[in-house]
Amino acid sequence: MRDLTSRALDTATALGATYADVRVVRRLEENITIKSGRVEGVSGGESEGFGVRVIVGGAWGFAASHHLSPAEADRVAAEAVRIARASATAIRRPVVLDDRPPANGRFESPVTEDPFNVPLDRKIGDLLAADRAMNAVKGIAWTESVYGAQREWKTFAASDGSYTEQVITHIGSGLEANAVDGDEHQRRSYPDNGGLWASAGYEFVRGMDLLGNAERVASEAVELLTAPPLPSGTRTILLHPSQLYMQVHESCGHPTELDRAYGTEASYAGTSFLLPDMLGTFRYGSDLCDIVADATVPGGLGTFGWDDEGVIAQRVPLIKAGIFTGYLSSRETAPRIGRASGGSMRADGWNRIPLIRMTNVNLLPKPGMSFDEIVADTDDGLLFETNRSWSIDDRRLNFQFGTEICREVKGGKVGRLFRNGTYTGITYELWRSMDAVGDASSWSMWATPNCGKGEPSQGGHVGHGVSGARFRNVRVGVMA
Amino acid sequence: MSERHGTGGDPEAALRLAEDVVRQAQAAGAGEAEALVVTGDSALTRFANSEIHQNVASTEVLVNLRFVTGRRIGVASTGRMDPDGIRALVERAASIAANVEELEDWAGLPEADSPEPLPAAWSEGTADATPELRAEGARAVIAAADAAGVTAYGSFSTDAEAVAVANSKGIRAAERRTSSQLLTVTMGPDNGTGYAEQCSVDATRIDGAAIGREAAERARVSANPVDIAPGDYPVVLNHYAMVDLTDMLGYLGFSALAVQEDRSFFEAGKQVASPLVSIIDDGRDPGGLPAGFDAEGVPKQRLALLDAGVCRDLVYDAQTAARAGRRSTGHGLPAPNTYGPFPTNMVMGAGDASMEELVGGLDRGLLVTRFHYTNPVHGKKVVITGMTRDGTFLVEGGKIVGPVRNLRFTMSYLDALANVEAISRERRCIRGFLGGSVVPAVRLSSFTFTGATAAE
Repeated sequence: MRDLTSRALDTATALGATYADVRVVRRLEENITIKSGRVEGVSGGESEGFGVRVIVGGAWGFAASHHLSPAEADRVAAEAVRIARASATAIRRPVVLDDRPPANGRFESPVTEDPFNVPLDRKIGDLLAADRAMNAVKGIAWTESVYGAQREWKTFAASDGSYTEQVITHIGSGLEANAVDGDEHQRRSYPDNGGLWASAGYEFVRGMDLLGNAERVASEAVELLTAPPLPSGTRTILLHPSQLYMQVHESCGHPTELDRAYGTEASYAGTSFLLPDMLGTFRYGSDLCDIVADATVPGGLGTFGWDDEGVIAQRVPLIKAGIFTGYLSSRETAPRIGRASGGSMRADGWNRIPLIRMTNVNLLPKPGMSFDEIVADTDDGLLFETNRSWSIDDRRLNFQFGTEICREVKGGKVGRLFRNGTYTGITYELWRSMDAVGDASSWSMWATPNCGKGEPSQGGHVGHGVSGARFRNVRVGVMA
Repeated sequence: MSERHGTGGDPEAALRLAEDVVRQAQAAGAGEAEALVVTGDSALTRFANSEIHQNVASTEVLVNLRFVTGRRIGVASTGRMDPDGIRALVERAASIAANVEELEDWAGLPEADSPEPLPAAWSEGTADATPELRAEGARAVIAAADAAGVTAYGSFSTDAEAVAVANSKGIRAAERRTSSQLLTVTMGPDNGTGYAEQCSVDATRIDGAAIGREAAERARVSANPVDIAPGDYPVVLNHYAMVDLTDMLGYLGFSALAVQEDRSFFEAGKQVASPLVSIIDDGRDPGGLPAGFDAEGVPKQRLALLDAGVCRDLVYDAQTAARAGRRSTGHGLPAPNTYGPFPTNMVMGAGDASMEELVGGLDRGLLVTRFHYTNPVHGKKVVITGMTRDGTFLVEGGKIVGPVRNLRFTMSYLDALANVEAISRERRCIRGFLGGSVVPAVRLSSFTFTGATAAE
């Protein structure tokens, strides 16, 4: 691989690039979908190619190709340089990168049971058994069960002498039961809507006990059909980890992306209310609110050895005791706030440039009570579980979430079921109202395997560690 | 883009590759086989803070193989075109087919007439677009923003691809398609924001200066927005907002699979929208982003989805059509597609009002430029939540009074369409979830806003 990467870097620098890097990526995927007890889709995908990123005249250029050859390396490097020269006709602030030591080494995400070596019929059989168990529940209209695995072999080389190799495996699976009565449709998922993903091997899927949870989620879907809609009001809410991770994702992960703060996502995903002059002073949440971006946590979808600029994986505080303290950043943006890159640049494959992305954005657990104990400690509240819908404004302030299931909590006991539960608010008002966070015994990694950002669009695999939390005075029941 | 690898914009070369893949699959034991080949060049120049900050191009290929033995189906895809890559593709698909259970109601691969040529889908101007052309478009937007004292953010993309489908039942479909899009968000110093977008098969027809002026003027007049109480308001939805309604109906309801799974609002013959509302899907409409056939190689039919507010027809792929006892309408997505067929070329009927007449009909209401981050709260009822963005204005006595802070809405898009009371003459092509949609602006008698954003 060094021949190809050296050829691209040499050509780019010979043509005038003051900096160049190249990523060669091969990706293998396998996906299984079962619907209502039938094997509806099984597919295997392979993709490989390389992308060359250059700075010429203070401007960026990027070109990529699926064709791996020395001549194509020359062509693509030259095209990247040409594109950078075109960019240079409309820049106002030349690109300056932070200093970081050249990156060298190899990283491989741990896998106990290689998902690509587990026989296909075994994987289908495991999923089919759970899917059929859901279908056996009276009142179920249809079911869908999914499995996916992805492995990337990634080589990164840069004109500063960096050369890293990484092999990263992601895997996910989950169940979904649907019940319909007239125009009412209810869904329950396990372990998460769209499945739960991690950086792991097939042992992760075995550990889910899909079969053992199938009948329960199907029964809950049917039960939801006749549950009353959640009334409107202002309530204490308890966010189960299966919803809290999404709250962290949308209202902390995205607004702490430094490129959004500087406006470079304004035309697509939006900007951020968290501006650099608020660092160290803005009260984002209560004293219990400690949030970090941690690319080193085991099993996370945002765990790696180096980011796609060759910056080593690290843990960056974003919110410390409720105060906004840090950003997800890159080599280009970090110097503008007087810091070095936090290592958050990630690309969706060989044909996309790296963007500032979440790694694993985690709400740290607090000693004291487990999440179950927090529920038991609540006199009058609502327990929201499993994300169903999500929306937040372009500066990440006004959010609204819906969950698959919502239960009343009275005197510390979980009781009455509601359907179509929603809650809404303003980001910092919600986090400031947090008065309890689950301890380490309730903490686990969750994931968003489909985080969209950038033009052309890129899908991101990001992780979130959470333990469940309680919030006061939150508006609920937007859609009764 | 000078020298291209792969089949570039050559549909005949893409078709030859698809035929070769089908032959190899049959030689490997497939009773039926289908290959979809998509090759092409994509480029995008992105600007922010009135400067170009990202600028990318890529040459890509996708070969997707459906390998069928009896009722067992294996699907594999690859980004490689070399003999070893194709061989591995066939082996992978065959291995999957050998290890899956039978799909009991498998209808077989489709048989269809060859699609008619569709020259309107291709433009040399887009295929030959250079980084310099895209930079020129960006500079034109930036210049308009500079002139108005606002800052420009946006992108200019150009895509050229060859698409071919061959299957063992005789389908041979090949065509080349281009598309381009220039969009911009503009921001002023006093929290004013604006938006404009143009989408075209031909990149040389994109008018960067006009897009820049439209967005810049909107940012200028939306400065210093004020709070307004959420509630029910009559509204005018600009084209950019309206496209979300058609997109969501397509995503949630116009698919035959959505009806077969009982997750759609659609009931043939049922009135669900105002009699003013008609929506068709037409892959050959030259005002959109044309496509002559779907991912199964079946020619796209022109379908009435909503006719005068009444549910008329659905989009089908081969499998859902067989379940319904009819032929595919040419709306299949690449296999394995478990979500179902999709309307990729929706066209909503025009009305007879000018934009000024739409706004002039509001006694007290809101003019909405576009929506942001919309998401279904209840799919079957098409209840959607989302935010307004880039210019929301209070209108009184038919005149724009001033900008208001962005609002959250939560309501059924069916209820919204039932409230349509006027539609614009002018329609625009706007890139949708998949493909392009042609939509007018509309005036609704009521729209439900359920929250507002904060000033912080």
